[in-house]
Parts: sequence; structure tokens; C-alpha cells
Amino acid sequence: MSHHEATHRWIVTPQTARFTEPLVLQSGAVLNGYDLVYETYGRLNASRTNAVLICHALSGNHHVAGYHSEHDKKPGWWDNMVGPGKPIDTERFFVIGVNNLGGCHGSTGPSSINPNTGKPFGADFPVVTVEDWVTAQARLAEHLNIERFAAVVGGSLGGMQALQWSIQYPDWLDHCLVIAAAPKLTAQNIAFNDVARQAILTDPDFNGGHYYGGPGPKRGLRLARMLGHITYLSDDVMGSKFGRALKSGSYQFGYDVEFEIESYLRYQGDKFAESFDANTYLLMTKALDYFDPAQDLEGGLAEALRPARADFLVVSFTTDWRFAPERSREIVEALLSNKRNVSYAEITHGHGHDAFLMVDPYYHGVVRAYMEKIEP
Amino acid sequence: MNGIARKDFDLICQWVKPGSRVLDLGCGDGELLRELMDTRQVTGYGVEIDDASILACVKKGINVIQGDLEQGLSGFENDSFDYVILSRTLQTMRHTEGILKEMLRVGRQGIVTFPNFGYWKNRVQVLQGRMPRSADMPYQWYDTPNIHLCTVRDFEDLCAQHDFDILERVVLTQGKPVTLLPNLLGSLAVFRFEHRR
Repeated sequence: MSHHEATHRWIVTPQTARFTEPLVLQSGAVLNGYDLVYETYGRLNASRTNAVLICHALSGNHHVAGYHSEHDKKPGWWDNMVGPGKPIDTERFFVIGVNNLGGCHGSTGPSSINPNTGKPFGADFPVVTVEDWVTAQARLAEHLNIERFAAVVGGSLGGMQALQWSIQYPDWLDHCLVIAAAPKLTAQNIAFNDVARQAILTDPDFNGGHYYGGPGPKRGLRLARMLGHITYLSDDVMGSKFGRALKSGSYQFGYDVEFEIESYLRYQGDKFAESFDANTYLLMTKALDYFDPAQDLEGGLAEALRPARADFLVVSFTTDWRFAPERSREIVEALLSNKRNVSYAEITHGHGHDAFLMVDPYYHGVVRAYMEKIEP
Repeated sequence: MNGIARKDFDLICQWVKPGSRVLDLGCGDGELLRELMDTRQVTGYGVEIDDASILACVKKGINVIQGDLEQGLSGFENDSFDYVILSRTLQTMRHTEGILKEMLRVGRQGIVTFPNFGYWKNRVQVLQGRMPRSADMPYQWYDTPNIHLCTVRDFEDLCAQHDFDILERVVLTQGKPVTLLPNLLGSLAVFRFEHRR
């Protein structure tokens, strides 16, 4: 193979933007300086009107699409949606993925060094909210000289950020794609998050959040992820994928791994605990719980969305019980009440919440058709 | 079929005032709404249940909401539209009265089109001992989506029962308005109505 032969892989390289202007967070805490790591795909056009921001969910990051190297095992987390010729087509759009503040993939977060102490922030890293993330993302846009996004897109917690964008910076985006999201979490949803947090907080290795240099609360994080994973799938898909299948074919009358579902969940939990930071998990789940743009507003979500100027595409999945279609319909109704341009697709899909990350002809067809109508 | 289908669209396009707000229930591939947007500068939404139709609407750049009309229009606020259109869908609905009331809750006026069961060709087929089939009702009895077929006169009775005033009525045969004995000679009925004030 010659050196110049075209690579069959799309190699992308993360970049880091450093911000020195202090950021006052919703909690009142102040971050004096911070880094945001991001990736871009495609080319910004001359009039700078074709930028699309992708907001990530709980365990996501800036690595949306493509590979970091020829040897990378897996592409970015939304590689089936974003890329050349994909529904969000990087031949037409300049796509930006950014790791949110508080993350553990390069942006300033609990595992970063606190300049005041010379040690990792740990539990001293302030709690950040969806509003704070959007503010930080807007600063990244300024840094990249982008005054307006053709679209801001997100799924799940990312969808909440997209929705918040339309409220917080209504004139900065033309289109808003809110996928498998909710205008706020239900009590049941917060309850799941709290059990996940308790698993981490009560891990003896948590050490009040200052566990860097030690083993860290891997057992807690693993449990948190196992619980989360159950809720991101549907009963049906678990049944069809694993059923009651046993690893050894018969009961062992003990407490080791016996059922295939146990094996799968433990594997997922282990993998996640090795690659993710527990403090970031705590922080992300808290941001989810706090998000409620209609809080304290008499007119509810409709009033919250009154400033919005973007056109919307809202998408939900029938078997998603963590961010159920009803929650998406609340968003749609609030947008209808404000006479906004909005389309809503309810995708019949068996895989629960995680369906938003999967390939489905109808789902991808709708996103593709919507993006194709955007004239940057 | 398509050429004839467009005739009720043409009528609706004439009736709808420029710049109004329109809700098109069972909007299909969005053809009518697109035409209303292009020729009458309306704004509004379609409602559809079918995936392929939703996709076609998004491709046309119209607002479309995926949902089941049988569940009512609870997502839409009172009096938020000038017109609510239900074209060739009424006869397929289980909750016929419910949807008509909902139409006049969310809109000032309703526009309904449906195949007239009283059309003479249908009557002849029934007299011959067969369920009728025609250009406007092209289905076999066992695979028809039409569960609440009615005649022009039946619909007018229902409107009277619910205090709906009929503002306009045109009955078409092969795309042409029929003025003589419309319940006998007309194949497709187009009504515009509102609540009695």
C-alpha cells in the first residue's frame, strides 16, 4: 500500500479552545478559566452560515463522528448520523461537537487540575447546568467566529441543550432538532438518577469526590451505569436479545453470573467504569434533574418557549420510557401554542431510549429530509 | 384519480382566505397544505399518522405533527386556526362526532370532504345487491378503511343536530360541480361550516 493511497477512514482530530474570561455559573459559582475540547467536520462556508452544533448526552462527548486513528476500534458516538452523505451531511454543513464543561474527555471538569490548589478539582468542581453548558457553547461559537447556527441538534440530555439554546439565544439558531428529549425530568426519572448517584456516593473509594490518585469509586460507577443501561433499553428488546438465556445452560444455585443479561450488564458496567469519571457522572445526572425551563413560570413551557425563534423538528421513540413520547409532545404543544414552525415524528422502534443512537430508515429519513430543506 | 382528487383541493384553495392559519387533518403527503402555502400564503400544520406521509411532508417543507386523530386534538389550543380541514378522512374515523366538534373547537371554520354514499352509481350497485365501488370509494368491502360512510343529506342532518351552520356546499362528480339533485348525482361532497353564532 503506497503512502498516498486514500485512507478509507475519516480521521478527525480534537482541538482545544481556552477561555480566560470568567464564567459565572447558574449556581453563582465562578470558573475563572476553562478549556473546551471540540471537533469539527466539514467546511465552514464563506458566509459562515452552515454551522451545526451537536450537543451530547449523559455519556457522550465531542467525538461525534469519524475516527481518531487508523487503529481506532469505534467511530464517534453519532457516526451513523453525521458525516459525508449522512443525514446531517458534512458535505453541506460545518458540524461541531463539543465536550461539555464538567466532562471527562478533555474539557475542564472534576478531573482537571484546579489552578488554585494544583490538584484535581474533584468534589470542588462546581455543579453546572444545561444553561451553563449552553453559555459555554455560545462562547465556543464566538471563538470560532460563528454568529449563527443553521441548526443546533441534540438527543436526550443533548436535546435539552438544543431546546435551551432556542430560549437562551433565540437569534443564534435557525433550526432546532430536539430528539428523544423532555422539557424536564419526571419524579421517576430523578429517582433513577439518585439511585445511580447513591451507588457512587456510597462507594468506599469515593472519598468525598477526591479520589484521583486512588482506585476511585469504580464499583459505584459500574452500578450506576448498569441501572442507567436498564432504563435506556425496553423490556421487549431485553427479552428478545437475552430472554432468560443462561450462560452455562443450567442453574448453578449461586450468585455468580448466570443469566446472559447479567453478563451483558456487568460487561457494560465494567467498560464504562474504566473510561468514565464518576464525578462527571454525578454532575451530568444533576444537570438532567435541574433542567426545567418552565420552572416558576405561570404559563408553563409555552411561556418558557415564547422567546424561541427557530423552526423545530421534534422526534421521539415509541418504546422510550425514560424520555417518553408524551414528554416530546409537551414540547410540541408548547411550540404550537407559540405558533412556531414545528414538525413532530414519533418513531416506532423497539429499542427504548437508546434508539436515538441507532440506524432506522424512517428516523434517519426524517432527519435527512429536514436537514435537506435547510438552505445555509 | 389524482386529477379528480385535486378538484376538491382547488375548491378548498378558493375558499381559504389568503394569509390564514390552517390545520389539515389527515394531510397525507402534504399536497394540499403545500398548495395553500404557495398560492394562499397560509401558515399552519398537517396532522398525520402514517410514517411515509410524514416523511413526504417533511420533504415538502411543511409542518407536520405525527398523531392519531382518533385521540382528538388535545395538543391544539381553542380557536387557534381560521380553518380546520378534513379531506376524505371523515368516513374512515371511528369518532365522527368527536372530530367534528374538535375541529370547531380549535378552528373558526371546518372544511370537510367525503365520498357521497347517495351517489346514484352507489345506489345502483346496492340495488344490484353489491357494496358499491367507485372512483371516490375504490375499495372492496373487506379492505375498506371507510367505516362511517354517509350521504350529503346525512351530513347535513348531523350538522343541524350539532348547531353547525353550513356556509358552503359543493358536490362534485368527476371534478365538476353538480347543482341538480346533488345527493343523487354528486360523487364527492365538500362542505364548509361553523358553529351557529
